[in-house]
Amino acid sequence: MNLPDESSDSVIQLRDVVVAPAGFPALAGATLEVRAGELVALRGANGAGKTTLLRLCAGLAPLARGAASVLGVDLSRDRAAVRRSVGFVGHRNGLYGELTARENVAFVGALVNATRSEVDAVLEEFGLGGRVADTRAVALSAGQRRRTALASLAVRRARLWLLDEPHSALDADSRQQLERVFIQATAAGVTVVYTTHERSSNSQPMPRTITMDAGRVVQDHA
Amino acid sequence: MRNVFAVARKDLVVEWRARLLLVRVLPFALLVLVLFAVALDSEALLERAAAGLVWLAAMFAALLVVQRCYDIETADGALDMLLTSVVEPSRVFFGKLLAVVGQLLVLVVVLVGGAVVLYGVRVDAAGLVLLVTTVVTAVIGLASVGTLYGAVVAQLTGRDSLLPLLAMPVLAPLLIGASRATEAAFGSRTIDLATGWAWTALLAVFAVVFTAAGAASFATLTEPDA
Amino acid sequence: MSDTTPTPHGAALLGAGTARRSLGTATPATRIIGLLTLATMTWVVVSAFFITSPDVVQGDSVRIMYAHVPAAWVAYLAFVTTAIASGISVVRRHRTLGFDRVAGASAEVGVLFMGLALVTGSLWGRLTWGTFWQWDPRLTTTLFLFITYVGYLAVRRIDASPERRAKRSAVLALLAVLEIPLVHFSVVLWRSLHQEASVLNPDGDVRLDGLMLFTLFSGVVAFTLGFVWLVIHRQRLQALVDLQGTVGLDSAIAARATEAVLR
Repeated sequence: MNLPDESSDSVIQLRDVVVAPAGFPALAGATLEVRAGELVALRGANGAGKTTLLRLCAGLAPLARGAASVLGVDLSRDRAAVRRSVGFVGHRNGLYGELTARENVAFVGALVNATRSEVDAVLEEFGLGGRVADTRAVALSAGQRRRTALASLAVRRARLWLLDEPHSALDADSRQQLERVFIQATAAGVTVVYTTHERSSNSQPMPRTITMDAGRVVQDHA
Repeated sequence: MRNVFAVARKDLVVEWRARLLLVRVLPFALLVLVLFAVALDSEALLERAAAGLVWLAAMFAALLVVQRCYDIETADGALDMLLTSVVEPSRVFFGKLLAVVGQLLVLVVVLVGGAVVLYGVRVDAAGLVLLVTTVVTAVIGLASVGTLYGAVVAQLTGRDSLLPLLAMPVLAPLLIGASRATEAAFGSRTIDLATGWAWTALLAVFAVVFTAAGAASFATLTEPDA
Repeated sequence: MSDTTPTPHGAALLGAGTARRSLGTATPATRIIGLLTLATMTWVVVSAFFITSPDVVQGDSVRIMYAHVPAAWVAYLAFVTTAIASGISVVRRHRTLGFDRVAGASAEVGVLFMGLALVTGSLWGRLTWGTFWQWDPRLTTTLFLFITYVGYLAVRRIDASPERRAKRSAVLALLAVLEIPLVHFSVVLWRSLHQEASVLNPDGDVRLDGLMLFTLFSGVVAFTLGFVWLVIHRQRLQALVDLQGTVGLDSAIAARATEAVLR
């Protein structure tokens, strides 16, 4: 992975943000700052606002109040620019079931003019080499599908990954592989923010853990 | 341009693997031709109505193709991924348009073949040139309206019933033009070849207008907002 | 015309703490428009039924014209309004649901009047042509416009975020501007190829005297005023519903704050 160096240190800056799709303040005054290369886990009960925070940062949810900038771009000004430079994977992986893992990643690669060897390198790096690469997405395991989605983010050189419950439905092995991917990514300068509703984790290295409740950030353990 | 071909190629590969056109859309379109014959119950009437029936069947079947072309994007939330990966959303429109045009060409060729076999229409050499021109221009128009209105209803609840309601009135000029031009190509007694060619001019205008409209509005239509 | 000013309803929507008097959708200006509508409409009805003379050829059936022509005029006016408001709402895409509301209100009223124009036209056609429907370009185009806007209203009714709804419906309204001339042109071409039994052209055949013309003109004025009045009220009602969302947001944020403290 060849990722551009992020010189301005702050990747996400949120101050008292309110996001209220359909009138309900899913985020009710959240404040948060994330720096380049950080690995951040967002924790909290269902409805605490974790997913909305990710979608806001991904440029997918409109900002109702407060100030928010992602990768140096003001979210109230240019959400489209944010969407292009950020990688978001929600509950759905955004894959085409009829295409193989390689074809899925190569398709994204073709959109951003990545070369064939770049695609192959990314697949290898994400543990999707060999037979797995030529398996259709519908036939992949949950962990392989998740990694294929992340490989697509890598191939389009997203500098900030926003992942909604990436660990869900994965077995222990797949989780470990996922965490290895996180380590590689953050080492290369990518910022990774993911949500989880597990209380504790034995992830190595420990992520910075942020707890949310009722649409606000209530705890922050570096 | 590379983005356009990448999107078109992806859509066609997905379609080829699923073979929905082959196992569902084409049989449905041919079934419509058969049912028209049963409903009209007169060979003379059928031969006279053949051109209109071919395009009506093509219109119904085209809506299925368009529906499918957006369903593959929304099944696993790929549309958001796609739109965040390209700089220019109109390229996604052109890519999908290209894939739909390819599928509809197959569809209409099969339907014209069906009309020859089932309705007993005949096409001579001069008619064939007009027929090919008509099919190409009408298919581009049909595909552009379909791809555009497919984007209007994409990700909305109840889109299956909305698409026909929205797209069919817009397709009325195309149905009129393509039917008349095809009628001329089939050697009708009421419309001569020259008039048929005049109708293809309308079809070309239609195709250009709605392709441009689709390219211009695709970004607005697909912008994620909630 | 009944007064549908939704004052108490609007007040209830916004809840306590907001002054009640400011919440109706009526203002002195709309009251004046409403009264003018009533006055002109009364004159049109009286004149159309009792004062104007029957037509030499068509007899009393010509009186349908006084409702038909203004209704058709307002229908097309409404769709031009919708198209313009939609165009503005697409161009000024940030925080301007106001034009979207005008577009929606105008389309609703427009569909109503277009339905009225089609029904009165069809009845009139039965009396003068002997048939409810003619595949005449103007009629056919109007029918397609009607169906198009029924579809537009169907999209507006979909449960989506206001922004998404505004964007999609604005594009639809603008596409209709492309669609309608093409439909009209193609139907003109289509019908010109067929030899039609010559039909009475209602507008050409009726000899309008001064009073008839004045009544017709009054009808256009009355219907236009009614259109303006309805659109203003409908638009403001929608604004109140949207405002309810914003007013509710402050209390909802406060509620979430206490929710966090209590835990």
